[in-house]
Amino acid sequence: MTSGRAGLAALAVLAALAAAPALAQAQKPPPKDLRVGYVALAQDARYDSDRAYARIPLRPLGRPVAGAEVAVKESESVAKVLGMRLSLEQASGASVQELAATVKTWAAEQDIHYVVTDLSGPDLKALAAAVADAPVLLLNATAPDDDLRGAACLANVAHTMPSDAMLADALVQYLVARKWTTILALQGSLPEDAAAIAALQRAATRFGAKVVEVRPFQLTNDPRQRDQNNVALLTGRAEYDVVYVADADGEYARYVPYETQRPRPVVGSAGLSPAAWHWAWERNGGPQLTSRFEKAAGRRPVSQDWAAWAAVKAVVQAAVRTRSTDYAATRAYLLGDAMNLDGVKGNPMSFRAWDRQLRQPLFLATDNAIIERAPVRGFLHRVNELDTLGVDEPETKCKS
Amino acid sequence: MRAQLSAGRRGRFGRMAAGAALLAAVLASAPGHAKGTGLVYVSNEKSNEITLVDPAEMKVVGAIKTSKRPRDMHFNKDRTLLYVACGDSDVVDVIDVASRKVVDKIPTGPSPEAFRLSPDEATIYVSNEENSSLQAISLKEKIVVHEVPTGAEPEGVAISEDGKTIYVTSEVADMVHVVNAEDGAVTDNIVVGTRPRRFILTPDGKDLWVTSELSGEVHIIDRATNQIKQVLKFLPPGFRQVDVTPVDLTATADGKTAYVTLGRANHIAIVDIASRKIEGYVLVGSRPWGVRLSGDEKRLYVANGLSDDLSIVDLASRKVLKAIPVGRVPYGVQVDD
Repeated sequence: MTSGRAGLAALAVLAALAAAPALAQAQKPPPKDLRVGYVALAQDARYDSDRAYARIPLRPLGRPVAGAEVAVKESESVAKVLGMRLSLEQASGASVQELAATVKTWAAEQDIHYVVTDLSGPDLKALAAAVADAPVLLLNATAPDDDLRGAACLANVAHTMPSDAMLADALVQYLVARKWTTILALQGSLPEDAAAIAALQRAATRFGAKVVEVRPFQLTNDPRQRDQNNVALLTGRAEYDVVYVADADGEYARYVPYETQRPRPVVGSAGLSPAAWHWAWERNGGPQLTSRFEKAAGRRPVSQDWAAWAAVKAVVQAAVRTRSTDYAATRAYLLGDAMNLDGVKGNPMSFRAWDRQLRQPLFLATDNAIIERAPVRGFLHRVNELDTLGVDEPETKCKS
Repeated sequence: MRAQLSAGRRGRFGRMAAGAALLAAVLASAPGHAKGTGLVYVSNEKSNEITLVDPAEMKVVGAIKTSKRPRDMHFNKDRTLLYVACGDSDVVDVIDVASRKVVDKIPTGPSPEAFRLSPDEATIYVSNEENSSLQAISLKEKIVVHEVPTGAEPEGVAISEDGKTIYVTSEVADMVHVVNAEDGAVTDNIVVGTRPRRFILTPDGKDLWVTSELSGEVHIIDRATNQIKQVLKFLPPGFRQVDVTPVDLTATADGKTAYVTLGRANHIAIVDIASRKIEGYVLVGSRPWGVRLSGDEKRLYVANGLSDDLSIVDLASRKVLKAIPVGRVPYGVQVDD
């Protein structure tokens, strides 16, 4: 394709002497580089293969870098037309310190100012603090932590991965729309599970649902702890419309559906799960993105893959619309109101001014179907319906 | 890469010679189809059929089974044949209008979405959504004459009146590619709004209109310079800018009025072409995409993708006369009256 295009450009000049734009293009200086960084830790428990095989919702199935690569590839043609050369620079480190050194070198010496991060919340926080003085915007593609968008937010991080609050809001909007408003919550032992429960409580309060009880579960076969490991016992002695499971690990959650004491749907980490992406989305160009990703990665894309893709697409969109590779100009556009990102989920997307979170529709999906797209019809907002998902401007705790 | 692809295709297309012979036979035997069938044709992406609607009676009178996922449709000039791009079967079906049967299939690249026939009807220009290319296929030999690389997800195709210039959008690259039909060379690229979809050429031959779905715009491009002259924005009553997702458009033969479907905003817009002013909106079904005028230009037929129906709009009153259930996920409309 590349050599073909070069030949075409030459032909264009011959064929269309009158066409000033084509002529101007041929005389352009060499392309300007638009380089996007991508950092990950070489060892990351979130990608343990013994979890990936089970296809647990909310867990990644592989490294999302493939999403970023798909975005680069599909953006090459427009970049070329605008005299830009797009590339992805990847670094995998043993520690956050190592990654921080890489990011600083990139910014100082290689003109790389956008870095997609495949890091957990705590690692991202450490990296953002370590590179706070560098001219860099980190694009968080995998950490849903609410505090990264709230009290602990950092000015050099924007998020394409939806927050826990957004995911919980999407789910609760759906439950409320179905009038399934009483929720029994089961909570795992990880900090992520506590965060998910907090987000659920907040969403229930916002939209008029009720968490009747939160019960901790244990992943064990110990008969002495049967009241915390047996799903039937754990879901007895209560009235509820649905069972919500918070299990970032995922191993317990996948055995909850069909094991509950009462015949009730399971939502959260199993059953119906909120997600930024699901392969079953068949509108707005969804199948085409899924298909490009599958070709590149050999597996179906999930939320983290989409978020890595969206991060690179946001940088490209800023460069296309400003016709520039300059960091100050593209950053202002990227984080500004005019941003109009096509995330192939129907609505145009942009970053919230108050916490730099990408506003976006979310899916409520089972294994093989998307049941609903949030914001669910009827949940209204004074400015943009997408802002019914997550922390809105008046309630934000983000100060930087 | 292009040469290789074409060579590879030739082997496959060689085997289709029998099909070509059949098409030739159909062409020869088809009686002069001077009078139209009087029907409206609606392609349905999910039910693999074209619904036939009698607009006088305002009811469904039949259906034609097609290959999988029929989308864009065009008649040949004498309207004896209807071509239909079938995205999941990688073919363009050729339907004999009189017998209502698929009589031939033209193999294309992966996921054909939109296409145009050349004015001499010798060549079909097809955008292949999954392959990021525009193919020029000779209808007689079924050979890929040119395969033009485009940005990802090419969609709308337009062809100049003289057949010398092809325009094709890339939904992902936000561009319109201008292609020289003779040698398949891309002569220019025009960056437009977000997710450009479909075209009309204004009847005066001067302008190219292209819808940009995600930015809710129509870009008006001066065909002499390939520069953008003006950008139209739409806002039907009660909707927000983010809900406006224009897709298809059509214009009256006199070049005075254009009609644009607004997708999620569930309306069509009526635009005065000379002044480029939006004259009004009409509420139709859910997510209208395909739109065509009746022959007398008194009515508009609109395919509503998410309510599985066809709205018949009376243009004098700007009211929907009836919404007729069609197949699943109606996509495009063609009129033969």
